[in-house]
Amino acid sequence: MSLFRWLTGKRRHRAMAPALLVVGLFLIGGIYSIAAPPNNATASNARSALIEEGKNIFLRGCSSCHGLNAEGGSIAPSLIGVGAASVDFQVATGRMPMGDMSVQAMRKKPVYNAQEIAALAAYVASLAPGPAIPTEEQLDYERDGNVAEGGELFRTNCAMCHNAAAQGGALTAGKYAPTLMGVEPVHIYEAMITGPQAMPVFGDRAITPEEKLSIIKWVKSVESEGNFAGASLGKVGPVTEGLVAWVVGIGALIAIAVWLATKAR
Amino acid sequence: MSNQLEPLADPGLPHHVHRKADTDPKAEKRAERQVSILFLLSTAGTLLFIYSFIWIPTDLFVFLPLFGNINAHNLGIGAGLGFALFFIGAGAVHWAKTLMPDEEVIAQRHEMRSSDEDRASFVATVKAEAGKVQLGRRSMIKRSLGLALGLVGLSPIILLRDLGPLPEQRLLKTTWDTGVRIVTDPGNRPIRPEDLEVGAIAHVLPQIDDPEHRKLSDIAKDAAILIRVRPAELKLSEERMSWTHEGIIAFSKICSHMGCPVALYEQQTKHLLCPCHQSTFDVPTGAKVIFGPAARPLPQLAITVDGEGYLVAAAPFNEPVGPSFWERNI
Repeated sequence: MSLFRWLTGKRRHRAMAPALLVVGLFLIGGIYSIAAPPNNATASNARSALIEEGKNIFLRGCSSCHGLNAEGGSIAPSLIGVGAASVDFQVATGRMPMGDMSVQAMRKKPVYNAQEIAALAAYVASLAPGPAIPTEEQLDYERDGNVAEGGELFRTNCAMCHNAAAQGGALTAGKYAPTLMGVEPVHIYEAMITGPQAMPVFGDRAITPEEKLSIIKWVKSVESEGNFAGASLGKVGPVTEGLVAWVVGIGALIAIAVWLATKAR
Repeated sequence: MSNQLEPLADPGLPHHVHRKADTDPKAEKRAERQVSILFLLSTAGTLLFIYSFIWIPTDLFVFLPLFGNINAHNLGIGAGLGFALFFIGAGAVHWAKTLMPDEEVIAQRHEMRSSDEDRASFVATVKAEAGKVQLGRRSMIKRSLGLALGLVGLSPIILLRDLGPLPEQRLLKTTWDTGVRIVTDPGNRPIRPEDLEVGAIAHVLPQIDDPEHRKLSDIAKDAAILIRVRPAELKLSEERMSWTHEGIIAFSKICSHMGCPVALYEQQTKHLLCPCHQSTFDVPTGAKVIFGPAARPLPQLAITVDGEGYLVAAAPFNEPVGPSFWERNI
């Protein structure tokens, strides 16, 4: 009781009001930290930290073309609503940032590491909803894919641009459909749902997720299978085959003809 | 100056130069050895062929630089047989060039015509034998033989029937008709407009009762594509605009040039390319030809949605799909 009396006696002290304020704030903060669901708070804190980090990377590395708010500009499209999947595809395959402003972004060594790419993806995804990065569970093509069905889907939907053996092919004005050999399954999936550059979108309702996994499984089977009939010559069909037939084949025949006609000494 | 041109004197054969193997016994031995080595290489090739065929498993792959992962079984068979044949030839050629006689020999040409006596005796023989088979007397055989030969001659003409029958309406009509649902190819799932994002392309076929047994000859006519763009990007006449649905536009996938599947779609330029001859069609203007040998735009299919919200054909194609043909009027 003497403490209370002592406090009452000091109630008009000029330090009393600030002291009460400090005590009150601590009290409210303390009660809140106990009462509020702590997990959610840290997760959303971590998330906003990631978005914040992504925004910083974006401002430094991307905004000169894509605009300070990712609204796009005269040389680069808006990124609002393209989704995390698009960012992961473009940045993790090294296509973005673009090395040179030629006809199309090329696959190269990525500039950013996985953490930075995740941050960028989180930032762009926070601008507007868009396709998300598929999870490991969604990408188990060995379990959920059917290689024969994948081949059929590939031949109808993909082969005309990417070549019947997924080796890539030419488009117009110097553009090309890249080879799919050595491409991560997640990036094949993301390319289908986002339609990067000249590629059209193959959404999950037009080609179901299971069908996408079948396509991936087929591409992976082509990648791992050896050549049964000698050199594949790039599996691009009559162009290299004709080149080899004319240059190597006819060259060898000419050499043999010359040898035949030379008189022995 | 004389008007008489002197014919060139016959230069005769050049002086014969002997080969080393003709004069030097050492060189002769060496050449002999070389020929045998070539033949032995051929033997090794055959042995490789036999070994590969019997003992190399068919699923064994080996890595060769420049060639990649190659099936060892097929490689052994092919290379073995190749070497076997090549080195027999090489050995024979080398043998002929170094060791076989190479002295020039003059072989006179003779007249091709047989002697008069031979010709006269041939005619006499034929006449005598023909009399013996009594063809003139056995008229039944003669006539039936004539009939048989005549009918045999008719058979190639009968085969010409396979050029027909005329295609009738088959080139003019496809399975697409008013109210026929549009389904995915492959998968045969009906499609709703919301299934296609802007920038999407879908390869489609008409819905039929038994999609497992769809005829290839029908797919060759029915194959179509759905492309979704922003409606404002379409530059079409009012009628053609009414054939689209919320920016979804449908075209025949069969090139109007040679009938290849036109399916390279560039989402950014909104161009459709034919992989065979690079005909390029501009989607927003109704697949107008902007490059290449195609003479007509791709036929546009009028589409709409049915009561359940699925995309359907609003009408059949208003023109024949695919390349030109003789009876095509438009």
